[in-house]
Amino acid sequence: MSIEPILFYIFSTILVLASAAVVTVRNPVYAALCLVLAFFTCAAVWLLLEAEFLALVLVLVYVGAVMVLFLFVIMMLDINLTPSKEGFIKYLPAGGFVALLILIEMSVVLGPENFGIDITGEPLKHAADYSNTKDLGATLYTEYAYPFEIAGALLLLAIVAAIALTMRRRPDSKYQDPAEQVAVRRNDRVRMVKMAAEKKQ
Amino acid sequence: MIELSDFLILGAILFCISLAGIFLNRKNVIILLMAIELMLLAVNMNFVAFSHYLGNVDGQIFVFFILTVAAAEAAIGLAILILLFRTKRTINVDRLDSLKH
Repeated sequence: MSIEPILFYIFSTILVLASAAVVTVRNPVYAALCLVLAFFTCAAVWLLLEAEFLALVLVLVYVGAVMVLFLFVIMMLDINLTPSKEGFIKYLPAGGFVALLILIEMSVVLGPENFGIDITGEPLKHAADYSNTKDLGATLYTEYAYPFEIAGALLLLAIVAAIALTMRRRPDSKYQDPAEQVAVRRNDRVRMVKMAAEKKQ
Repeated sequence: MIELSDFLILGAILFCISLAGIFLNRKNVIILLMAIELMLLAVNMNFVAFSHYLGNVDGQIFVFFILTVAAAEAAIGLAILILLFRTKRTINVDRLDSLKH
């Protein structure tokens, strides 16, 4: 037996436990840290799938940026960390039932009889000098160049929206009003004064 | 040998856990946002698994775009959350019902 199935089962156990902890712990800081663990183990599972670039991007973007953003927001908000458990118990039967039902349905569809190794076949074995990043870049910048540009525009939109939403306007701050600047006339700035010419002494 | 269905069922388990989390956490919008991130991760897992077993790199490109959209969604979602907390002083889902009255 090769080592890959053992690694897969170890990582998936950690992944499932960490994600269960994200939705059950009371303290949002612990939930965020459990989500970091879940992203890390998911990156390890993606390494087993030979998606090296995406595994590293997941760690860099999610753990490095998005989760830090979450932790900043949790620390900025002054929420009390000991809420009652009434909502949890109240919605546990409905939530658990729906989740279990969907899981059973999905397992029936996605089980080994439809997606087993004898249906899909063995995955392609790449050569030792195969570069996942190079392959991904070659496709991204040619076939998907237009969606790539749209993704960039979307990120710009997100920056502008996030800043515009959270910016606080202070009444005493000095700022430019371009409309007023454009609408200005000569008479507002310059006053012509008629006066008699003076003789040089 | 790990089969494709193993990865797909792992993604299904992740999806169902985060779905149950959306039901359970009615006190805290932040954990709701985290559950949505977890859901997107489950979807990405399916994309990467199919991409590996079909020998086609397009699935990984889609994961790339989903990561972009998820990052934008997290940034705007957290900005809205901060705005909500500033005006209502709470992030409890059950108390965000001003449209009802």
